[in-house]
Amino acid sequence: MPAYLSARLCSLALSLLLIAFALPAFAGPFEDGVAKFANDDFSDTEEAIGVVAGSGNALAFPIISALQDGRLMADPDSKKVYVTGTDGKSIDAATGQAVASVPDSASAVRLNNRLRRSVDAALGGLTLQSPDVGTRLQAAQSVFKSHEETALEAVDAALAKETNRSVKTALGEARAAILLFKADASEVEKLEAVATLKARGDQEAMALLTGMGDQPASVTKAAASAIGSIQSSLAIWSTVQNAWYGLSLGSVLLLAAIGLAITFGVMGVINMAHGEMVMIGAYTTFVVQEVIRTRYPGLFDYSLLIAVPLAFVVAGAIGVLIERSIIRFLYGRPLETLLATWGLSLVLQQAVRTMFGPTNREVGNPSWMSGAFELGQITITYNRLWILVFTLALFAILLAMLRYTALGLEMRAVTQNRRMAASMGIATSRVDALTFGLGSGIAGIAGVALSQIDNVSPNLGQSYIIDSFMVVVFGGVGNLWGTLVGAFTLGIANKFLEPVAGAVLGKIAILVLIILFIQKRPRGLFALKGRAVEA
Amino acid sequence: MTPHMLTRSLDRSATIFLAVVAACGILIPLSNLLLPAGAFLQVPTYLVALWGKYVCYAILALAIDLIWGYCGILSLGHGAFFALGGYAMGMYLMRQIGSRGVYGNPVLPDFMVFLNYSKLPWYWYGFDMFWFAALMVLVVPGLLAFCFGWLAFRSRVTGVYLSIITQAMTYALLLAFFRNDFGFGGNNGLTDFKDILGFNVQAEGTRAALFALSCLALIIGFLICRAIVSSKLGKVLIAVRDAESRTRFLGYRVESYKLFVFTVSACMAGVAGALYVPQVGIINPSEFAPGNSIEAVIWVAVGGRGTLVGAALGAVVVNYAKTFFTSGMLAPYWLFMLGALFILVTLLLPKGIVGTFNAWWDQSKEKRNAASLASAAAEDGVTEPKMAE
Repeated sequence: MPAYLSARLCSLALSLLLIAFALPAFAGPFEDGVAKFANDDFSDTEEAIGVVAGSGNALAFPIISALQDGRLMADPDSKKVYVTGTDGKSIDAATGQAVASVPDSASAVRLNNRLRRSVDAALGGLTLQSPDVGTRLQAAQSVFKSHEETALEAVDAALAKETNRSVKTALGEARAAILLFKADASEVEKLEAVATLKARGDQEAMALLTGMGDQPASVTKAAASAIGSIQSSLAIWSTVQNAWYGLSLGSVLLLAAIGLAITFGVMGVINMAHGEMVMIGAYTTFVVQEVIRTRYPGLFDYSLLIAVPLAFVVAGAIGVLIERSIIRFLYGRPLETLLATWGLSLVLQQAVRTMFGPTNREVGNPSWMSGAFELGQITITYNRLWILVFTLALFAILLAMLRYTALGLEMRAVTQNRRMAASMGIATSRVDALTFGLGSGIAGIAGVALSQIDNVSPNLGQSYIIDSFMVVVFGGVGNLWGTLVGAFTLGIANKFLEPVAGAVLGKIAILVLIILFIQKRPRGLFALKGRAVEA
Repeated sequence: MTPHMLTRSLDRSATIFLAVVAACGILIPLSNLLLPAGAFLQVPTYLVALWGKYVCYAILALAIDLIWGYCGILSLGHGAFFALGGYAMGMYLMRQIGSRGVYGNPVLPDFMVFLNYSKLPWYWYGFDMFWFAALMVLVVPGLLAFCFGWLAFRSRVTGVYLSIITQAMTYALLLAFFRNDFGFGGNNGLTDFKDILGFNVQAEGTRAALFALSCLALIIGFLICRAIVSSKLGKVLIAVRDAESRTRFLGYRVESYKLFVFTVSACMAGVAGALYVPQVGIINPSEFAPGNSIEAVIWVAVGGRGTLVGAALGAVVVNYAKTFFTSGMLAPYWLFMLGALFILVTLLLPKGIVGTFNAWWDQSKEKRNAASLASAAAEDGVTEPKMAE
């Protein structure tokens, strides 16, 4: 007898002792049922499945699962049925006694599709008592979904022995679902069932309550109030979920826009190649992971930690190069800057396409970023959570840098009054180059994070460029807080519009709203005041 | 608008330009139709369609130059007006298919049958009539530009902010037209056209006529633009471009001038799109892509911003180069070249081809004048040169 079978039998034996004693010593309904497997007749087999599954006999589970796997052997001559374990050892199905060998005349009991369904249903009831908690939970949930009356006994039996809290709850809910639909259940039972479902409080519970059909008046009334309370709790949870999605989208927007806020805000440079800096950051991550995969596979979990500073350096260096070679000649001509940087973005995209190919490259999630956890009725994935945390940290660092470092001070001075800053001895052109490098470097870091949730392809940057401009313009140029508020406002607004209008229409609505908003406040939410704006 | 005004607005380069366009508009279709196929000077039909496309782009470039070159409005969404005009024409062409479509429905275009439309959406009514479609080619882009401009200019959204929101506008339209339930064929757009005004779209004669019409439209568009920019209105536009606040303080209603020229420009772009669609044979949402609009701006920059002739020239030159490079071995390098073009033109050739040429021409003329004056003075010896004039 295989080890798992014996374990199962042992755990079940005690609890089933009572039922076993209640049965006649031999030739009871269970034994008769088992014998029917040997008739090699589909309708007899079906009857046998019903009898065995409903018997409560400890052997029921091994028999039915053996039947499913084609390990149930029947001898048509002696009408004896044997369960062959996966290890080749066999037992007599009717008595559970080990047998030396299955006679040669025995063959596997055959199944057709209809019978397979009965087998699955029977196993569903039987797995309620599986020793594995996960299996039991799953079985309870599947009973809850099907709420077949026939499963009631099995559920009651399982409920009596269940010790695990969550499985017990699930079983209780399954029981409630069955009772609710059982025609001859008492009113008290039904009221209890309604209360149980109300406590469960999710979409499925509500579906059961709304679809339960004719019921006594008191039950209908209780159900109506339960539906009301479930609806309001669901509404709260869906709001929470939308808010979370919105925060997540907002963090992505903020990541994409934060570098732009620096170049645009401090220097007034429209950098259309900003998205490509993000892309370069993502490709840096890809290269780092490739090297780690081939050389030091153990370091994979640290790949992002390595990629972040590298992406900053790579994108930042390219940014400084761009500023020195192109943008510094175009100061004061914003529209020309726009065109030149657009051209630059085409060149960078094509360069990456030539080097890495036009297809998506695979960037993996380190183990600490994959997976998800449940919070009430919503699921939160770790990668989204980490990106939110990372974005806020990046924002805080940037803010601190602008406020407390010498470079930050110089940057702010140049933003507020370039000529005055120059008169005070600040090397404005050096500040320009470093600022542009900083903005580009931050975009590169954003690329590392975005590589975790988006496809790493040469077009990665383009898909963010319009969104990030919207965020910066909406939030107000030259103000990091504006960018923060803008990103989260747009993110949350987008996610709250999505269920109402659909994803694409929601996005269109947001674009139209921004266009209208700019009419009202042409300089964004948090506009810089003073003479500098008119310059 | 008097003939006097027209003649006054024509200078040397404009005259040359008009002569070249008129000659092309007459000679290319004639050579295509009258000479036997394969003859030395015969223009093959595919070239007629290709050059017809360039001419449409030239009209679009003209429209952009009118607002960017003369009024300082950099629209990154002009591709949207172009595409809207194209869609209006495409809708007419779709209705002309009638029961010859794959599904044979006399009223509903194929894609509507495919998407289970039970009846024609209301905004498709009237497009079976050419005059209505032609009107819509002007009205739809014009109305959108009017509303958009009215909002934007009145609240003084200028410079890069305007550029960015025009880009957002075309992006929003791109997303909308990609939707199947928007009623414009979704992803696939409108295609499989059969005939226009009863003539087969594929026929050589129709293509030649469309080419000639495009040239005519280019000429008319050019004359309108010249008339606008050389009138008093045009002087105000240039003043707005160079010093918007000062113009406003002088008492001009800047937003009205901008709105007028922006709307005219959008209508022109719509016409360009309408002529483009029957020659290319398809209109789909990718025409709304922000990249297309920006590319159109670079045509103007290459040819020479604020010269009109340059805009048309730039459109043809850049697109010819695009066709040349993307069809050969150099295809993977086209984007490098286009990108480099953006950068080099803005850095090294800010006046564009025509602008630089004009500057050089004026300079050398001055030199020649000075030289001839000097030599005259030397020969004459005594008389003072008539410098004062």
